[in-house]
Amino acid sequence: MSYFNHADLGGQPNAQRVQPEPEGELFHAEWEPRALAVTLAMGATGSWNIDTSRAARETLPDYASLSYYQIWIAALEKLLAERKLALPDELAAGRALHPTTPVTRMLKAADVAAALAKGSPTERTIAAPARFQVGDRVRTRSDVAAHHTRLPGYAHGKLGVVDSVQGAHVFADSHAQGLGEQPQWLYRVAFSGTELWGAEAAPGTSVALDAWESYLEPAA
Amino acid sequence: MEHHHEHSELGEMDLRVRALETVLAQKGYIDPAALDVLIDTYQTQIGPRNGARVVARAWADAAYRDWLLRDATAAIASLGYSGRQGEHMVVLANTPQRHHMVVCTLCSCYPWPVLGLPPTWYKSAPYRSRAVKDPRSVLADFGVTLPESTEIRVVDSTAEVRYLVLPMRPAGSEGFSEEQLAALVTRDSMIGTGLPLEPSR
Repeated sequence: MSYFNHADLGGQPNAQRVQPEPEGELFHAEWEPRALAVTLAMGATGSWNIDTSRAARETLPDYASLSYYQIWIAALEKLLAERKLALPDELAAGRALHPTTPVTRMLKAADVAAALAKGSPTERTIAAPARFQVGDRVRTRSDVAAHHTRLPGYAHGKLGVVDSVQGAHVFADSHAQGLGEQPQWLYRVAFSGTELWGAEAAPGTSVALDAWESYLEPAA
Repeated sequence: MEHHHEHSELGEMDLRVRALETVLAQKGYIDPAALDVLIDTYQTQIGPRNGARVVARAWADAAYRDWLLRDATAAIASLGYSGRQGEHMVVLANTPQRHHMVVCTLCSCYPWPVLGLPPTWYKSAPYRSRAVKDPRSVLADFGVTLPESTEIRVVDSTAEVRYLVLPMRPAGSEGFSEEQLAALVTRDSMIGTGLPLEPSR
């Protein structure tokens, strides 16, 4: 099955300026805060995890033409339909038409503060020792994953140095596919600009990113 | 750019989100009152002034700064900021030799408990595309020019670790209270696309 990630933008040609924005200017239409809140509230039902929702967003064929919260809404509608929690005819009609598929829990107003304070920590204790240490030279994998992954395209097959060992974390690739947490060691790996971009690299620049252990191989 | 929609489109999205809310509430999946609390929380309680207090404390208190750089999650939680999208925090200290700038090229990962919701530009294609390849030109869009001798280290938030930049304390802020220091800390200076305000301004 092919998988195309429309959200993998790092290093893609883009001549547009970045438009700075004042603090506190959070939303640009009345529906945007509602879109944020309805997405968070449905996430809290436990019907999917954050990696599943990222996968749903990044595979939207019209990703590039949608605004940020339009992406959230389109992905939410997709997840609801896939799980038969709410079907397109119901959303078109604006009312429930089919029997309800129960969810594990509903986020009540009184529980919002506690739920936000708790969050969803991803660090886990695992038996395996970390394969790499700070200062180790590593090469990122070069194959293209046929599923959700968190190694950006620009960092495929690149030589870097382990900058930090970040603990073991839920593995996004398996978590997004409903294959469980399968936690792995996570590392911050630093790359020189020239390693990533060759002669086009801007002088005096480097990039670091977080990479799970299976993204990395030892390098000489 | 992304957020300048036609009026007809605004209307369409308003109706679409309203339909979602109605159907999901009828089915008992969401509590409409919880949506109001969520919105109020991110509009009035959780925002970049939280992060500014963390930075001000680190500028004022060397022991706190050490703790923050060693175990940011605990040091930030000690000021009352923790939870969703800040479960695993790392603070990166800027120096004359190295300036940090944070991006999420794959989506919009951002440290919510200390900075609130990300600004539109942070989620936009130009920032996510250009930040990793040509960060100096992105800084120029923010009116920031750094010496060529300063390395720019772009940090791409590709996992569940969330990054906060600790900017350098501005000259001329000696003797400032933590409150005065916090007023110098801009949101962008904690992402790395800006610098703190000068005390004279």
